[in-house]
Amino acid sequence: MTDLKRILDDGLQQIEAAQSVQQLDDVRVHFLGQKGLVTTQLKQLGQLEPAMRKTAGAEINQIKQQLFTAIQAQKSTLMQAELNAKLMAEAVDVTLPGRTQAHGGLHPVSRTMNRIVELFTQVGFEVVTGPEIEDDFHNFEALNFPAHHPARAMHDTFYFPDGHLLRTHTSPVQIRAMKTMEPPIKIIAPGKVYRSDSDQTHTPMFHQVEGLVIGENVTFASLKGVLNQFVNAFFEDDLQIRLRPSYFPFTEPSAEVDVEWKKDDGSIDWLEVLGCGMVHPNVLRSGGIDPEKYTGFAFGLGVERFAMLRYGVQDLRNFFENDMAFLRQFQG
Amino acid sequence: MKFSENWLKEWVDPQLGTDQLVAQLTMLGLEVDDVESAAGEFSGVVVAEIVACEKHPDADKLKVCEVNAGDETLQIVCGAPNARAGLKTALSKIGAVLPGNFKIKKSKLRGVESQGMLCSEVELGISEESDGIIELPADAPVGSDVREYLDLEDQLIDVDLTPNRADCFCMRGVAREVATMNDLVMMEPNVETIPATHDEVMTVNLQATAQCPKYGSRVIKGINNTQDTPGWMKEKLRRSGIRSIHPVVDVTNYVMLELGQPMHAFDQQQIHGQIVVRMANDEEKITLLDESEANLNAEFLLIADEQQALAVAGVMGGLNSGVTAQTQDIVLESAYFDPATIMGKSRKLGVHTESGLRFERGVDWQLQEVALERATALILEICGGEPGPVHVVTEPTGLPVQQVINLSRAQLQRVLGFAVADEQVTRIFTALGFVTEFDGETWTVTSPSWRFDMAISEDLIEEVVRVVGYDAMPSHRLHSSDAIRVIPEALRKDHAIKSQLCDLGFQEVINYAFVAEKQLAAVGMAEHAFALANPLNHDMAVMRTGLLAGVLSNIKSNLARQHHDLSLFEMGKVFSLNQQIEQTDQLLLAKTGLAHPEQWSCDSRKVDFFDLKGVVTELLTGISGEVSLSESGHEFLHPGRQAAVRLNDDVIGYLGQVHPSILQKMKIKQEVYVAELNVAGISQLGIPHWQEVSKFPKVRRDLSIKLRQDISWQQVKAVVYQSVNEGGDSLIDLSLFDVYTGEHIEKGYKSLAMAMIFQEKNRTLEDKEVDKLVSKAVSFLAEQFNAEVRT
Repeated sequence: MTDLKRILDDGLQQIEAAQSVQQLDDVRVHFLGQKGLVTTQLKQLGQLEPAMRKTAGAEINQIKQQLFTAIQAQKSTLMQAELNAKLMAEAVDVTLPGRTQAHGGLHPVSRTMNRIVELFTQVGFEVVTGPEIEDDFHNFEALNFPAHHPARAMHDTFYFPDGHLLRTHTSPVQIRAMKTMEPPIKIIAPGKVYRSDSDQTHTPMFHQVEGLVIGENVTFASLKGVLNQFVNAFFEDDLQIRLRPSYFPFTEPSAEVDVEWKKDDGSIDWLEVLGCGMVHPNVLRSGGIDPEKYTGFAFGLGVERFAMLRYGVQDLRNFFENDMAFLRQFQG
Repeated sequence: MKFSENWLKEWVDPQLGTDQLVAQLTMLGLEVDDVESAAGEFSGVVVAEIVACEKHPDADKLKVCEVNAGDETLQIVCGAPNARAGLKTALSKIGAVLPGNFKIKKSKLRGVESQGMLCSEVELGISEESDGIIELPADAPVGSDVREYLDLEDQLIDVDLTPNRADCFCMRGVAREVATMNDLVMMEPNVETIPATHDEVMTVNLQATAQCPKYGSRVIKGINNTQDTPGWMKEKLRRSGIRSIHPVVDVTNYVMLELGQPMHAFDQQQIHGQIVVRMANDEEKITLLDESEANLNAEFLLIADEQQALAVAGVMGGLNSGVTAQTQDIVLESAYFDPATIMGKSRKLGVHTESGLRFERGVDWQLQEVALERATALILEICGGEPGPVHVVTEPTGLPVQQVINLSRAQLQRVLGFAVADEQVTRIFTALGFVTEFDGETWTVTSPSWRFDMAISEDLIEEVVRVVGYDAMPSHRLHSSDAIRVIPEALRKDHAIKSQLCDLGFQEVINYAFVAEKQLAAVGMAEHAFALANPLNHDMAVMRTGLLAGVLSNIKSNLARQHHDLSLFEMGKVFSLNQQIEQTDQLLLAKTGLAHPEQWSCDSRKVDFFDLKGVVTELLTGISGEVSLSESGHEFLHPGRQAAVRLNDDVIGYLGQVHPSILQKMKIKQEVYVAELNVAGISQLGIPHWQEVSKFPKVRRDLSIKLRQDISWQQVKAVVYQSVNEGGDSLIDLSLFDVYTGEHIEKGYKSLAMAMIFQEKNRTLEDKEVDKLVSKAVSFLAEQFNAEVRT
C-alpha cells in the first residue's frame, strides 16, 4: 500500500512540475500509459487474493482518477500560458500608421450647396434645375425686366452671337418650374450663374440657390419666417437677420437680407446675404399662374457668400483656383 | 446720390443722430453706401484777407503776404500760385491744429518769418485735390471761424439708389421719404414766379414728340456770369460731389440737386434760328462739353438749331453752344425726355453724367416750369439779367399717365400676411404725395408725377410695408402641404455620385465653364464650341465642350505646387453648338501619380489604366442596363489604352490614358488617366429583384489557358459563358486571377488563369458534370482562339 501512496504523491508532484504540454504528456504516459505505474498496479490485481482485490482495485482507480483530474487541470493551465506567450510574441506597434487610401472630398461650394439643399428639402422643398445657356425670355423678359431697363444693365450679361445668354441668376428656373408644375409649388434650384465681372469680390461664374414657393397663404411675413429659420439653421446659431427694401423687377415687394455678423475684432456688421420678395404678378402670369388665386415668394442666395461666412474663407477667388492645399481643408 | 446731412435738415429735421438717420434711410430702401465728414478734424482756422502780397526775397515760388486776421495783421509766407492781394482765404493761426494732428507753429521760410499758414482744401480735409489756397467769397467775414463759416460740422451721406427710385435723386425726394417716415412736414423752398421783363422766347420746333413730349425754355439776357457763385451754393454742390464752374452752370446743377430737374443752359448767341428737337441722323457728330467727339445715330435724341446739333438730349451739351463766364444772353432748358430714349445713351457715348442718370430713370414731368422759375431767381440773384417769359412746348399724348391704382385692405393683408391700420395706410400714401381716397375697403390712389415705379397694387403694398418697417413685420411659419412626394428609387442623385467618388478618394474641383479656345483645341475638342460674343478675355472665350481641358490645367497647376498624387473629379455642364445648343451634365475623373499614398505597409506603385477602370466599374455597379467597354479612337488618348464606355448600345463616355504628346505640350511629366461619363447615363439604377438563394454547394474549378495576346478577356469570357451555359446557367461566376506574359511563354502569347464557380439552384452538382462543363469550355476556347490548356 505504501507503494500506491508513493505513486500518487510522485504523480501529483510531477504533474505540477511539468513545464509544457509535452512534458505533461510524458508524465501521463509514465503513470497512466499502457505500461504506466498505475496501469501496472491494476494489471497486478489478479495476483492478489480475491478478498483483497476489490478494495485494492477501488483504491487504485481512485488514484488513477486523481492523477487524471490533476493532469487535465495542469494541461489547461499550460495551454493558456502557451497561448498567452504566443500572443505576446505577436504584438505589434499599434502606433504605426494604418493602411490608408487617398482622401477625397467635396469642393466647398458643393459642400455648402448640399447643406442648403438639405435644409430646405427636409421641409418639403423639391430640387429642380435648369439650363445655364438661357434665352432672353426666361432670364429677363418673363421675369419682368423691361427691355433696355437699367436693371438689365446691372446684370453684366454674357451673350452669345445668336442672342442666347449665360443665365445671370437662377431665377429663370422659376419660370420653367411654374410652367411645368401646379401650385402649391415649393422648390429650390441650385446652380451656376454667370456675370461678366471679375475682381476681388466678383468671379465671372458663381453659384446660387433659388427658392420659390407659390400657393395660398404664402405671404411676405412667411418669407421672413422661412429665411429667419434657414439662416439660423445654416449657421447653427441664433443670428439676427434684417430685411430691408430693395428692388428686383421680378418681386414686389422686394427685400435684401442682411445677417448680423460678429467680426473677428468683436464688432458687429450687417452682411448682405440674399435677395428676396413676393413674386411679381407679371411673373406669375408669365409662368401661367393666376395671381388672383395664388401668391408666391422667391429668394436667391449666393452660395460662395454663405461658404465664405461659414468657413471663414477670405478670398472669393480661392474657390476656382482648385489648389489642393485649399480644397483639402474641406475634406471629411 | 450724395448729399449733405445739414442740407437735408433744412428740408426736414427728424432730430436724429447721423447713425439713426442713416439706418432709417437704409431701412426705407435708400441704401446708404458711405458716410464721410464734410471736412477733416481741425481747429484754429479763421477767415482772413490777404492785404498785400510781395515776392519772397530769396525764393521764386514763395510769397510774403500781409494778412488781416480780424483782430490782428500777420505776416504769412505762402507758396500757393493763387495767393494775391484782396483774396479771402482760410488762415491757420499759430496754435491751430490741422487734420492728422498737425500743429501750426511759428516758423521761418528761407529767412522770412511766417506767423501761420494759408490753407488749401486738401489741407483742411475738405477735398482730395486743390490747385492752391481756398478762395472764399468776397463777403466772407474776416476773423470768423472757418468751420462755422463754411458749416463744416456736416456729414456727407452717399445713397445707392435702386433703379426704381429715380425720385430720390434730389433733396426733395430724400426729404419726402424722411418726412414720411417720421410723420413730419417737409419745408420746400419757396419758388416764386419771376415776371418777364421782355417778351423774347426761343422758338422751339418739337419734332420728336414721343421722345421729348415737353420742352421748356427761358431766355435771360444781359447777365454777368463773371460773378462769384455764393459760398453756400458752392459748398452744397461740393458736398454732393459737383465742382463749381461758373454761376449759370452752378445754378442748373443746384436746381437739379434740389428739385431733381436736370437743366442745361445755351449761349443764345450761338443758336442759329430756332431750337429743333429731333432724332439725330446716322453718322451725325457733335463735340461735347468735355471736348469728346460723339458719333451719333438715329437712336439719339438731339437738341439742334437750324444748322447744327447743340446737345445730346438728356446726356450732355455741345461745346459750341455752351455757356462761358463771358456769356451774356442765355437760354435755359428744362425738359422732360422719355426715359427709354435716354436709357443707355450715356454708356454708349462713354460719358457718365448726372443728367443722363436722372433722365434715364425718369424725371418728374410736372417739374419743368418750377425748375425754370427756381433757376431764374437764382441766376438773377447772382448775375442779374433780364428774364423773358417761361416758354413750354408740350405734346400731352407723349407724357406719362398718372396711374390710378386700387388696393383693397384684403389684398394688402393677403400679400403681407398681417394687417396694417387703415389710418396708417392712408397717412403713408398721402405723405408720399399720392392723391388718396379710401372707401372703407379700398384705397384709390393716384401716383404722383415723380414716381415711375407705380403700376399695380403690389407697388403700393411695398410703399406701405417699407414705411411700416420691414423690421416691424412679424415672422410667420409657412403653412404648406404635408403631401409626401415620390422620390424615384432608381434615380441616382448627383450628390450620391459625388459622395461615392469622395469615398473612393477623389477630390472635387470646380472650373469656370468658359475656357480659351486653344485649351480646347489642345485636346481636340474645339469643334462645335460655342463662343461668347462678349467674353471677359481670351482665356474665357468659349464654352467648354468637355471637362478634360479644365481638369488637366488643375493637374498642371497642382503639380507645380508639389501635389504629385492626384485623384480629381468635376461634375458640370458641357456645351456645344451643332444644329442646336446642347448642354449636358458630364462627370470627369482623373488620376495621376501614385496609386496609393506612399506608406510603410504597401509597395508604392504608379496609377495605371486599371486603377481608373476599377473606379469606373464601381460607379457603374448597379446601373440599369448592360454596361460594356468597346474600342474607341480618341486622338487625345493613348491609342492602345483607351475604351468607349457603353450602356446598352449607347456610348456614355470614355476611359483612357491622356495622350503623352498632349501632356508633353502642357509640360505634365507623369501619366494621367481620365474617364468622362455622361451623368444621365450613370444615373438610372436598377431596382433589386429577389432571386432564390441556392442551398446547394458551389464547385470551383481553376483553368489556365495560353492564347494569342490580342484576344481580349471580354472575348474569352463571352466564349466561356456561351459554352458552359448553353444547356443551363450553372456557371455563376467567372473571375480572372492571373494574366501572364514573359519568359515562360512564347512571344505574342499570354496565359490567363481563371476561376470558374458553378452552382445549381435545386441540386448538388456532381464532379463528373462539372468536369464535362469545363472541358466543353476548353474545347470552345480551342476552337475559337486556338487556346491551349496550361498545366
